[in-house]
This record gives sequence, structure tokens and C-alpha cells, in this order.
Amino acid sequence: MSEYVIKNGHVFDPVQGIKGDKAEVAIKDGKIVEKAGSGAKVIDAKGMTVMAGAVEIHAHIAGPKVNLGRIYRPEDKLFTCTPTKGMERMGSGNSIPSTFKTGYEYAKMGYTTCMEAAMPPMFSRHVHEEIRDTPIIDEGAFPVFGNNWFVMEYLKNHEVENTAAYIAWMLRATKGYAVKVVNPGGTEAWAWGLNCLTVNDPVPYFDITPAEIVKGLIEANEYLGLPHSMHIHPNNLGNPGCYETTLDTLKLAEGMKANNKFGRESVMHLTHTQFHSYGGTNWGDFESKAKEVTDYVNKNRNITIDTGNVTLDETTTMTADGPFEHHLTGLNHLKWANVDVELETAAGVVPYIYSPNISVCAIQWAIGLEIPLMMKDPMRCYITTDHPNAGPFTRYPRVFKWLMSTKAREEQINAFKHKDKVLTQTSIGSLDREISLYELAQMTRAGPAKSLGLGNMCGGLKPGMDADVAIYNFNPEKPVANPDDIEKAFTRCAFTFKSGVEVVRNGEIVSTGHKRTLWVNAKIKDNPQVVRDINEKFLKYYSMTQANYESLGHHFVPNPFAIEVDAT
Amino acid sequence: MTKIVTDVICPFCGTLCDDLEVAATDDGKKIIEVYNACVIGTEKFLHSQASDRVTRPRLMQADGSYKEISYDEAAEYTAQMMAKAKKPLMYGWSSTNCEAQSMGHEIAELAKACVDNTAAVCHGTTLIAVQDIGLPTCTLGEVKNRADRIVFWGCNPAHAHPRHMSRYSIFPRGFFTGKGHKNRKLVVVDPRPTDTAKMADIHLQVTQGQDYELLNAFRVALKGEWLPDVVAGIPKEKIYEAADILKSGRFGIIFFGMGVTQSLGKNHNIDEAIAVTKDLNDYTKFSIMPMRGHYNVTGSGEVMAWQFGYPYSVDLTRGFARYNPGDTSSIDLLSRGDVDAMFTIGSDPGAHFPFNCVKKISELPSVCIDPHLTPTSGVSKLHVPVAFNGVEAGGSCYRMDNVPIDCRKVVEPPEGMLTDEQFLIMVRDRLKKMKGVA
Repeated sequence: MSEYVIKNGHVFDPVQGIKGDKAEVAIKDGKIVEKAGSGAKVIDAKGMTVMAGAVEIHAHIAGPKVNLGRIYRPEDKLFTCTPTKGMERMGSGNSIPSTFKTGYEYAKMGYTTCMEAAMPPMFSRHVHEEIRDTPIIDEGAFPVFGNNWFVMEYLKNHEVENTAAYIAWMLRATKGYAVKVVNPGGTEAWAWGLNCLTVNDPVPYFDITPAEIVKGLIEANEYLGLPHSMHIHPNNLGNPGCYETTLDTLKLAEGMKANNKFGRESVMHLTHTQFHSYGGTNWGDFESKAKEVTDYVNKNRNITIDTGNVTLDETTTMTADGPFEHHLTGLNHLKWANVDVELETAAGVVPYIYSPNISVCAIQWAIGLEIPLMMKDPMRCYITTDHPNAGPFTRYPRVFKWLMSTKAREEQINAFKHKDKVLTQTSIGSLDREISLYELAQMTRAGPAKSLGLGNMCGGLKPGMDADVAIYNFNPEKPVANPDDIEKAFTRCAFTFKSGVEVVRNGEIVSTGHKRTLWVNAKIKDNPQVVRDINEKFLKYYSMTQANYESLGHHFVPNPFAIEVDAT
Repeated sequence: MTKIVTDVICPFCGTLCDDLEVAATDDGKKIIEVYNACVIGTEKFLHSQASDRVTRPRLMQADGSYKEISYDEAAEYTAQMMAKAKKPLMYGWSSTNCEAQSMGHEIAELAKACVDNTAAVCHGTTLIAVQDIGLPTCTLGEVKNRADRIVFWGCNPAHAHPRHMSRYSIFPRGFFTGKGHKNRKLVVVDPRPTDTAKMADIHLQVTQGQDYELLNAFRVALKGEWLPDVVAGIPKEKIYEAADILKSGRFGIIFFGMGVTQSLGKNHNIDEAIAVTKDLNDYTKFSIMPMRGHYNVTGSGEVMAWQFGYPYSVDLTRGFARYNPGDTSSIDLLSRGDVDAMFTIGSDPGAHFPFNCVKKISELPSVCIDPHLTPTSGVSKLHVPVAFNGVEAGGSCYRMDNVPIDCRKVVEPPEGMLTDEQFLIMVRDRLKKMKGVA
């Protein structure tokens, strides 16, 4: 493999505490090394920003609901199709780009590791086929557990060990990465057209509450010592006043401690926090409760969050929160797709237009920015757009611009039709914090990598770590004349290295790299009861046989990277 | 001696049963018996064992006779044809696995071809309706475990999807449906008294071509509004009664087939059927599902969507993907004489397309990749027989509810025969060289 040495760049690396100093980054055999050999290719990064490859902790980029979005939204392709070009395959789509385009766009922005946030276990083979066709970036996928019949039956009697054994089996069968929970209990209730809106609403038939599901899954997660914490999308998403349910959910983690060998300190990851930080009683008095939510998270160190920034675009919402999407189609009257998945979960898809002329959308925009600006520890707050729910991931550079420049925020606020309402219902106008490049590296690299348990592998530039490097044409020593320059610089990398391979040069793809699929192989003690329960459910209730359920073989996971966990 | 291969997937219809057992000889060369499958599925497996099977590519000569050629020569012929053509059509895909579809898409991209699957003459109208209005649906296990209201509209699973009713929709005892068919109400809408209709609690014998009117009347009846005495040949009392049955269920589903997708009204029928389903969700839980025909037509739509953005009728001639059914769909392309080469794989347009289109195929440079002798292989210049996918080759396939199931290889193909994917790789590699692509 080639050797490289990146010279003269301004390095921002929270793992080593480097804050913009000129430092050399040497690459050899796919890893960062102390020093490269004399034959190493020199990359002159003078006047540029050098960071580790960015880590995406939550995006919907592969799988059945993403593809349902592609199938049923031909309009999303309008003016977005790209031709075959050099190494690049054809691409299409804006909020739900084709798999090839997804890989290229992430790499061009300097992202090298991405997590698909919700994998319906029964569809894992589909998820992996799409991951296989997404070039360059390393990917993992989170199977959903919050409405799973096994989990609810075990946790009704607080059988944490059995739940853990089931999770280990499921991660292996689906080649999954972490425990994802979406609207715990609510999505099962949706199979009967119902929902659970608080953490204490009982789940129909199963006679368990969302609170018991969440607590039990945290315990099972820590019993196994998985790399990532339990990753939750709580009940009551998107409704005025939902912040109370959010706080109730966060409180369930109180007193819980992380148990793992990966350096992770959190036990709960609250995702797309923006959607869960709403006050008010209706869409008229809708207001921000970002302060209440971030105050709680600031005080409780065992929680990490991501933002879910609204980017003011036309997009496609998609979530395993089936009842929410039904609710949303009732609000905007756009086409509604829903898929209920036997024994496991459900999903819904509805297009959405976040218009700057609608006060609620503008307030959502403000809340998404308030959250990271109010978080004291950037290592526990990560930037996402919950792609494509609050906006497409290709808008990250624009979110960075808003976070890094009060001037950019003011310009946007002034452009809102209901500017005054945005200022009274949120505190965005009084926040003058500007996120620094170092904090940005924490929020997009070191932080999410640590939360995912990958802190020793990616998200930093310490010798021994994977050589994932992004070099931006952005000079931190020069004052920013125009905030749009920030957006421009972060949209296209000057160089991206993925595992030591130069994949992007001057914003163009020059190699498709060696993409890996990350998954977690958890070893547990033999558990005959769980084995028997799984057999029984397949015999009686699944519509496919157990022997055909697993994601096995080269055509699903051509280049696996298993993270071993021993819980025996 | 025999060995039994279990959990075998049936490569026939969209039901994609995965509980078959196949007895094969010890050397894994010959199938002896097939268990659990329906008659059609059994026949599909046993047919692969025919002694008169064509096992080598055949090129049609000027006098209409065939000359056996090697796979290498066949791949060269195919690659030359794709390289020379300005606007080749690559049609079919529904009876092969997703890996072959992926490889075919690479060829299509290199050759700037039109790519279309059998949805174009089947559930393409459904896809257009879904693009209009969405689709509330579920997996088939949800139907088995929860459904107490089943509607079959314009489809006849008793003959077309023979195990659908026993595995998923009417008879199985699921988690919340312990009494099996006894606590399910079955409504069948069909102008003919089919074998499926004979089992119905209510059979609505709709006047042919008036499905839209009846669906619309359902929406009125659900709201309890006024209806004329007779709609689409059905007395209003019966419509109100059927609407009440649907509303009073806990979990219902509408299955629909070609009787509504390809009869008068086409995609508008499905628009209305989906609207009925949405309306029913105001009262109870309801889903709707197309009864997809080929065992992997769903997979072709999925792969096309994640690679190009559209589920069928994709035109790559301008170097990027375009989609405009009616313009970029196979029958329209052929009947207008827009394409200058025809590549068929895993389907039989010769038997299903209008005669003028089949005639066009016979006049064009054409390749047909299919294990069987079909009307399409008969009119194509080159016939490339391949291993039976799902019998002699494995690979990913998608059930009618979009659930992916990995097909199994049960026996070896006849010696020297290639799979779809292997042959397509040969074509792609040659085409890359011709086009000077690294």
C-alpha cells in the first residue's frame, strides 16, 4: 500500500488534543503512523484544515424504507441525475440518493464511516445488499428491538439475560451493529392502529410499558458490553409538548453505568433530539424546549445525543415510528407509505417540505441549532440531519455554516416569513456561540466514534488508528469573509483518505477504496431457552423459515469487519 | 441413496415459499422428488431435469436453423451487439437473482441501454399509483398473525399463487388468529366465479371494467353516504354490507392482481384501491398488497431503484437515468421502433407482448438468456441457455411483500453450463474492453 505524508496542514484532532497546529500526518499500510518512509508521497496541505474522516452516527441510507422512498418518489430525482464519470457510476436523487451517489457524496464531504440507523431485522439481507452497493464508506446497521415480540416477552418478566442472548443471536443473524429502539411499544401498538405516547402507556396485549422496554434494553446492552449504547428514538416524536416524554425517557438511564472495553461512557444515545424538544400545546403556541432537554443532558454524563438539524429543504421522512408517519400524512396530506413487519417493527414514509415560510418549520430549524449551541460538552453532541428526515445529509456543510457563524444564522432568521415568532418561541436570537473547528471535529469525529465504541479505530489521527483523513480547503488562520465559504469548503474535500487509500482528490472520486461492513459478534453463554424460543417463533409465527433468515454469504457482506465482544 | 435438501425456496411465483424439501441423488446431480410445493412449483423443479434440455448457446443461421456455439462466442456476440447498438433494450430480469440484475445494470450503464422488467406489463400500473398516493402495506406474516378481513380483488390465488391462502392469507393459525380461517372474513371481487371466489363469504361479481366505480362506491359506503341502487352491477345493499365487514375487522388487507392493474382504468383503479385502504385506517388497521407474479420481479424493482432511482422502465441512453412509462416502457419502445437491439433475460416477452412487438424482436439483433425454450428464444437470433436460478444456482430474491430471501442451489447444472450472473460477467468484461473502460 502507498505511503503518504500530509504536511503543513492545520490539524484538528480531539483525540490528541491538537487544536489547529501545523502537524504532519503520516499514513502507512492503511494506518496512521508516527513517521512515513522516505518514499512517501507528500501532500501539501498548506492553508488547509486537516481532520480525521467524519463519522455519521445516524442516517437512513440503506434498506427497505429508504428504497421505498426511492421507488415512490420519482420527483425526488428531478435535476439530480448524474452521468457515469470516470470511476463514478450513474447517480440520482436528492433526499434519497441512489446507493452509489450516497457513497460518493459522503466521501466527497470527508465522511468515511456511516451508520444506517434502523434495520428491520427481517429485511437485513436487503439492507446489506444496499450497503454492498454503497462505495467507499465503512458502514454498520442498527437492527431495531423496541417493538420486538421476544424482547417484550422477556422484559415483561425482566429477563435481562435472555434478552441479551436474543440480541446477540440477532446481531449475528442480521450482521447488525447496535441496539436501536424506535417508539418503544408504540410501533407494536400501531399494528392495531394504536400508539404509545408516554413511557407508561401499556403496549396492547404484551402488557409492558415503554419504560420497562427501554430500561431492560439498556441493561441487556451493558450486560453484553456492546460497543455502542442503546440508541433511542423515544415515544411521542414530533408533537407539541413532547419534551416531557423525552425527559421521562432520559430519566430511565439514571444510575446506569456503561460496561464495555471500548472506552464508551454513555448508556443511552438520544437521536434526532430536535424532534423531541418541543413545547407548547398545539402548532400555534409551538415552542422550543431545547434548554430543558440540553440542561438535563449537560448534567447527566451517561447520555449522548445527536441533533437532527432541519435544513429547510423538501425531503422524505422515513422512520420505524409507523404511527407518527400516519399522523404526519394527516397533517400535510402528502402520500403515505407504511410497512408493518411481523413480530419485529414497522416503518412509514411521507414526503415533507420544510418551508422557511411556515413558522413551525422555522422554529424546528432554530431548535436544531439551539441544541448543539447549548450543549457544554461537544464530545456528547453530534451533528446529524437524521437524513433524510430533517434534511438530506448533503446539507451538513450548511449546518456547519450556521453553527460556526452567527452572521449566517442572522441572515437566515431575517429571511424567515415569521421571524418574530421564531425569536419569541426560541432563544436562537440570543445565542452568540460560534462552534470552533476543534469543536466541530469533536461533534463529527471523535465524539460519535467514541459513542459508537470505535474511538480507538476512527475519528482521530493518533498513530495506530485507521488512516481516515479529510483535508478541507479552508484556512483557519484567515478570517471568514463570507459564511458561504465555510459551506463551500466542507462540501468538497481537497483530499479524502479512507483506510490509507486516497479516494477523493479535488472533490473528485479517484478510488472506490475497500469498503467494509462493520458488525458486532457477541459471544454469550449457551442459552437453550432462547434457542428454543427462537425455533418456536419461526415454526409458528414467522412467514419464513429460520434457516433462510440469516444474512449469510459473500453477496450480502463481501468485506465484513466483525467487532468481537465476549459476554460469556 | 438420496439426500434431502430442506428450506428450499421455490423460484416460481411471488409467494416465494421457502419451506420446500427436495430429494436429490447423493452426487447432487439429479432431483428425484419435491415436497411441500404446489403443482406448478414442483413442475418447475422437475422440468429442469428434462433430458432434451438445451445446454449450449445456439445461434440462428440465415436459413432459420441453429448452430451450437460456445459461451465465449455467445458472450462476444452479445457484447458486440450491445456495443454497436445506439439504443438497446434490456428486458426481463424477473426470473433471475438480484446479483445477475446488478451485473446486467452495469452492462446497461456501459451500453447506455433501456432497462425494463416485467412490471411494465403487470404491476407497473401499481407502481405508478404508489407514486401518486403511497402504499400502506405489511409483510405476509402480519396477515397470518393478525388479519381477520381479507379481500382478493381481481386476482385468483387458488390458481396463480396456489399456496398463498394456506401459508399466509386464509387458513394459517397465527398469533392472534388461533382459529385460522374461522375468524377470517373473505371478500372476493371478480367478474368471474373463480375457485377463489367460491371460498368467499361475499363474492362481488363486479361488471367487467367497472372496478374503479365499485372502489369509489366503497369509499362512499365507508362514510355511510348515499349510493345509487346498483353500482358496477352490485346492489348497494351488498356494498354497504361488505363495507361494514371491512370496517368491523381488527386488521384487514386487500390483495389485488392483474384483474385491476391491467383492466380499464389501470393505475387509476389502484389509486382508488389505495385510497380505500387509507380511508379504512380511520376505523381500523388496513393494508394493501399487490400479488406480484414472477418470483423476483419485486427484486428487480428494488435493485433498479437503489441503483438508478426508479423501479422499472429506466432509460439510460442519455448517460443518466430517465423514467417515463409510456415512453420508456418496453412495449412502447418496441412498437414505435425506437430500439435497435433486444436483450431478454429471465422472462418471455415473445409469449406476452403484442404481436407487432414480437415481430420487431424477430427483426432486430437479439439475445435471449433463458434456461427454457420459449417463444422469445424462438424469435431471438441468439439463445443462451443457463442454469435454473433457484434450482441450480442460488441468489437473492424478493417476495411480493419485499422480504428478501436467498434462493438455494439444490443440484448441479448440467456440465459446463453457466449461471445468468457468470454469463453476464463475461459480457460485461468484453464490453468494458470494447468501450475502453478500465
